[in-house]
Amino acid sequence: MRSTHDMGGDPEAGPIDRSQHQLDDWEILADALNQVAGVKGIKRTDETRRAREEMDSKAYLSLSYYERWIASLETILVEKGFMTREEIDRKVAELEEKWGEP
Amino acid sequence: MAHEHGPGEEHEAGPRHELSHWAKRAYAMRALLIEKGVVTEEDIRQQAELTESRTPANGARLVALAWTEPEFKARLVADPKKVCAEMGIDATTLNEFVILENTDRVRHMVVCTLCSCYPRPILGRPPDWYKSFNYRKRAVNDPRGVMREFGLELPDEVEVRVHDSTADMRYLVIPARPAGTEDLSVEELEKLVTRDSMIGVMDALPAVPE
Amino acid sequence: MNGEEGFRDGEAVRVKSHFKAGHVRTPFYIKGKTGWVERCYGEFRNPESLGHGGDGLPRVRLYLVGFRQKDVWDGYDAASQDKVFVDIFEHWLEPAAQAGP
Repeated sequence: MRSTHDMGGDPEAGPIDRSQHQLDDWEILADALNQVAGVKGIKRTDETRRAREEMDSKAYLSLSYYERWIASLETILVEKGFMTREEIDRKVAELEEKWGEP
Repeated sequence: MAHEHGPGEEHEAGPRHELSHWAKRAYAMRALLIEKGVVTEEDIRQQAELTESRTPANGARLVALAWTEPEFKARLVADPKKVCAEMGIDATTLNEFVILENTDRVRHMVVCTLCSCYPRPILGRPPDWYKSFNYRKRAVNDPRGVMREFGLELPDEVEVRVHDSTADMRYLVIPARPAGTEDLSVEELEKLVTRDSMIGVMDALPAVPE
Repeated sequence: MNGEEGFRDGEAVRVKSHFKAGHVRTPFYIKGKTGWVERCYGEFRNPESLGHGGDGLPRVRLYLVGFRQKDVWDGYDAASQDKVFVDIFEHWLEPAAQAGP
């Protein structure tokens, strides 16, 4: 049994895309939130890794790198009782309103 | 970087309609963590700043000094974290730090097949290609093919050593010093030490002929 | 020797091939393969505990283990001296008969 994240040696792999994208603000934020959560002792690296490993295969393969970071941080923050998914949903709605999205 | 707002700011002035589902949740989690007093805006801002300050220039300085001062190289190999501390490179978040030296006969190449472990304090954020699934898949069983894509054709007699850094160790490759660089200063040598050469998929840049 | 003393440098080891649920840092491709202990890095908190909210204690020895590429991958050039090195925690290793590098 092999998990999706455990991908070393896959003979089907294709060429490596060497292009580099400019990080968006939210990606810089995702990076900083993960680091801060580590520094503050809120989570350990192995916990967010584990949360990413537990993602279903389709999600793991379709989300971008920092999307996986955010999803795994959410899992750990919820698991540890820092916030609930519903609180995050409500906050997203609040921010959308503030940002002027329909 | 052409960002109007840092990650520690509130983004009062939308519109942010282009944000993906997870990007929005990042901002929501940030707001909640601050509201709940778990972290402060300042904590996040400082972390982002620290991360920005970490670049491959840190690693390049270590390599250029290792090329020029055998005594420095010996100390770097023996205790990399101590040497980093002496040089003002904050490597305290690295659990362990290991130096791999390329020679005429042996070449090292670093990957993390399970996620994307990377010596961030020394090299900054990993490049997109390092995090890509195809690199994670191929680096271990096709290192020569990977290096070929980066423009490096290795003779059979050179031994390739791939390091899958899946645990607490973080690796930095000292690439071979390019020929004809005997007269260059440390500062000039630093410019030849690319990020990719310190991951091990490429050589350092050749000396620019005068 | 596995036990109080741990494995010695150069000792032949095989990576255990069982499946363990949860957070594990032993890659699938190296399970069941035989290599040698290149060096012991010391003792570290156990990620299999850390990943699930545990304290990672007791600490576990972590080894740099080397493998000949031709022993790991079917079809790797049999004449090649290429190697792959993986950081492996002690409880994933067992003594093996095969000689080292």
